Amino acid sequence: MIDAPAPIPLAYLRTAPEPTLPAPIFSRGALAWMRENLFSSWSSSAMTLILLALCLWLIPPVVAWATINAIWLAPDGALCRAHQDGACWAFVAQKMDYFRYGSYPQSERWRVDLTEIVGAVLIVLLLWPRARRRDIGAGLFFVGFPVLAFFLLRGSDWLGLPVVDTVLWGGIFVSLLTALVGIVFSLPLGVLLALGRRSSLPVVKLASIIYIEFVRGVPFITVLFMANFMLPLFLPENWTPDRLLRPLIGTVLFAAAYMAEEVRGGLQSINKGQFEGAMALGLNFWRMMGLVILPQALTLVIPGIVNNFIGLFKDTTLVSVVGLLDFLATVENASKDTVWIGPTIAPTGYAFAALFYFVFCFAMSRYQAFMERRLAAGRRR
Amino acid sequence: MTAANIDAAVLTGGAMADSSQTSATSLLNDPRVRGYAYQALLVAALIGLVWSASHNAYVNMEARGIPMGFGFWDQTAGFDINQKLIPYSALSTYGQAFWVGLLNTALVGALGIALATPLGFAIGVARLSPNWILAKVAMVYVEIMRNTPLLLQLLFWYNAVLKALPNPRQSISLYDLALLNNRGLYVPRPVFGGGAGWIGLALVLGAAGALAYRLWARRRQELTGKQAPVAAIAALLCLGLPALAYFAAGRPIDFDLAHLAGYNLSGGVQIFPELAALVFGLVTYTSGFIAEIVRAGVLAVSSGQSEAASALGLHRGLTMRFVVIPQAMRLITPPLTSQYLNIVKNSSLAVFIGYPDLVQIFAGTVLNQTQAAVQVMAITMGVYLAISLAVAFALNIYNARQALKER
Repeated sequence: MIDAPAPIPLAYLRTAPEPTLPAPIFSRGALAWMRENLFSSWSSSAMTLILLALCLWLIPPVVAWATINAIWLAPDGALCRAHQDGACWAFVAQKMDYFRYGSYPQSERWRVDLTEIVGAVLIVLLLWPRARRRDIGAGLFFVGFPVLAFFLLRGSDWLGLPVVDTVLWGGIFVSLLTALVGIVFSLPLGVLLALGRRSSLPVVKLASIIYIEFVRGVPFITVLFMANFMLPLFLPENWTPDRLLRPLIGTVLFAAAYMAEEVRGGLQSINKGQFEGAMALGLNFWRMMGLVILPQALTLVIPGIVNNFIGLFKDTTLVSVVGLLDFLATVENASKDTVWIGPTIAPTGYAFAALFYFVFCFAMSRYQAFMERRLAAGRRR
Repeated sequence: MTAANIDAAVLTGGAMADSSQTSATSLLNDPRVRGYAYQALLVAALIGLVWSASHNAYVNMEARGIPMGFGFWDQTAGFDINQKLIPYSALSTYGQAFWVGLLNTALVGALGIALATPLGFAIGVARLSPNWILAKVAMVYVEIMRNTPLLLQLLFWYNAVLKALPNPRQSISLYDLALLNNRGLYVPRPVFGGGAGWIGLALVLGAAGALAYRLWARRRQELTGKQAPVAAIAALLCLGLPALAYFAAGRPIDFDLAHLAGYNLSGGVQIFPELAALVFGLVTYTSGFIAEIVRAGVLAVSSGQSEAASALGLHRGLTMRFVVIPQAMRLITPPLTSQYLNIVKNSSLAVFIGYPDLVQIFAGTVLNQTQAAVQVMAITMGVYLAISLAVAFALNIYNARQALKER
């Protein structure tokens, strides 16, 4: 028989587990993040160091140029010419009225402000996804607002508002006006062209395709030239459109072709059953389109329309080629003012213009991304 | 019964067989009849529009004494152009001015496409880099370029950067080889002596040899799996052979350096600031858009593809090059082509900084001098339209070939 082994006397018995050691220092917190995202390999580390050096070399001088070295207050260009290492914001501050209104008469500028405020409120109502009765908002924006803006900006004798000649119009408000006119009129035209391109009637289809492809194939500048030089030739002799109206017509005709392609994309993504269902209800073509198809298709292409609008807004800078005084043209003009002229004036003006366009376009592109996500969320199953 | 009605009756067959009984209302409600009616209306309206427009144009042009035909094409232009790729002087004709402008547009387009493509691809891939700071820098670049107008970028490069350079007497000198000032960049101009043709021949031979070697190396790799140093050999052939020929022929190429003569520089090749500003502006602006196209294309390739490539042991660069980008190209190519067309169309912004492109010379100066607005605009738009249609046609062929082939 074998005795059971006697229990070995233990000097130490662990009853509780050892406390867990913290993770190695390189795999937690900021260091882990840096190792993962900045120094994951030799090449990555080299890239990080080069870019860091580049940022340190580039950013502080630019910030200093725009802030601590800049001239904020000055009556004329003398101080700015003396301090060439900084921006001349005094120039922007003094020319701000010119940048905003061009040569629009001082006493009538409230009309521009009022139009801009009304337009801004309507745009917010139109673009805010949770706003109620957006049909009313759209009607006001696409029909009421253009009429109001026309009478307010141009003036009318029986409203008691003196007529302001379009030669005096200029600045930011002309840029906004061109872009808004482009959108407001090109959207319905683009919808018609898109419907035409999808039409089963061969003549309508061919005419739409020729128009769309022609306009998309030529530069905006040539369309502007055409509207400016050729439109007066094509119209009866005694009927010359206003110098502001001609580029606006060109802008609308140009933007409509691009809008048509956006809307066509929306029409194509509507399920066939929607068309068939509408027809089964006995709706005719225009009611089917207006009540069933277009509300869905246009909602789908809101991001595309906003994208078009961003492009159009940037393209409004080109209207100065036919003599309109848009915002960028006022900046160019102002920087040639002999009171201010100096080496820092042009860069300051461009920096201000860039900031203006960037804020506008970036905000719109954020909105576009937001709408894209929102629309995609509804479609995800 | 009109022709359209008979047509409709034939097309609808049985339903309209007893057309004697057909009332006017049922004809009115027949979609085919209505279709024909609408189309006839549209055609009539379009013809009326075109007719009245051309009639008005005729009357107006006659009244203002504007030339009707294309006779101006062979008239003396009387203005000079600073940048020309073909011989041109103030005594040349408007027709020759057109060709100078067209070639200048083509030059800007080619330079813009050649530079914007690699930059855009690099930035697009950089935006997806695991390196945080690289991705953020690429993002900031893309957002700034895409959200400011091209014209502003052009004016910035031209007025704020290139025009702010020192005057010719204080040129920035790069080892005396190139001089940079506010009139442009002056680079050495090669002067070919006798025997320089041998160098050209050697270059052609080298390139042909490199191509043949690449073909052979690829076939061998397919058969045996052995890789060959194609890049090194090709570089040796393309650079080494001409270099040998250069020394063998007794150094027949001289370089004419730019030097100061009076207040201006003489000699060398002058790259005008207008050209440089236009190319810079187009490249920075368009590369932002190309980067977004590339990013979207790369993201659309299923992540299983890059995971499988990692599992095979390919590192990130090789995965991109051999697995992801080739598949993404199917999505990238169509929008990339439209960006190329945008570069060509946007080169018309040359008119703002005075670069002598097609629009500036032809739709600008020639139009102003001849007053022949209709003809000049028709030719200018026709050129851009022809380019767009040709590219669209080529793209359709490419798409048909690239489409996924499924059984």
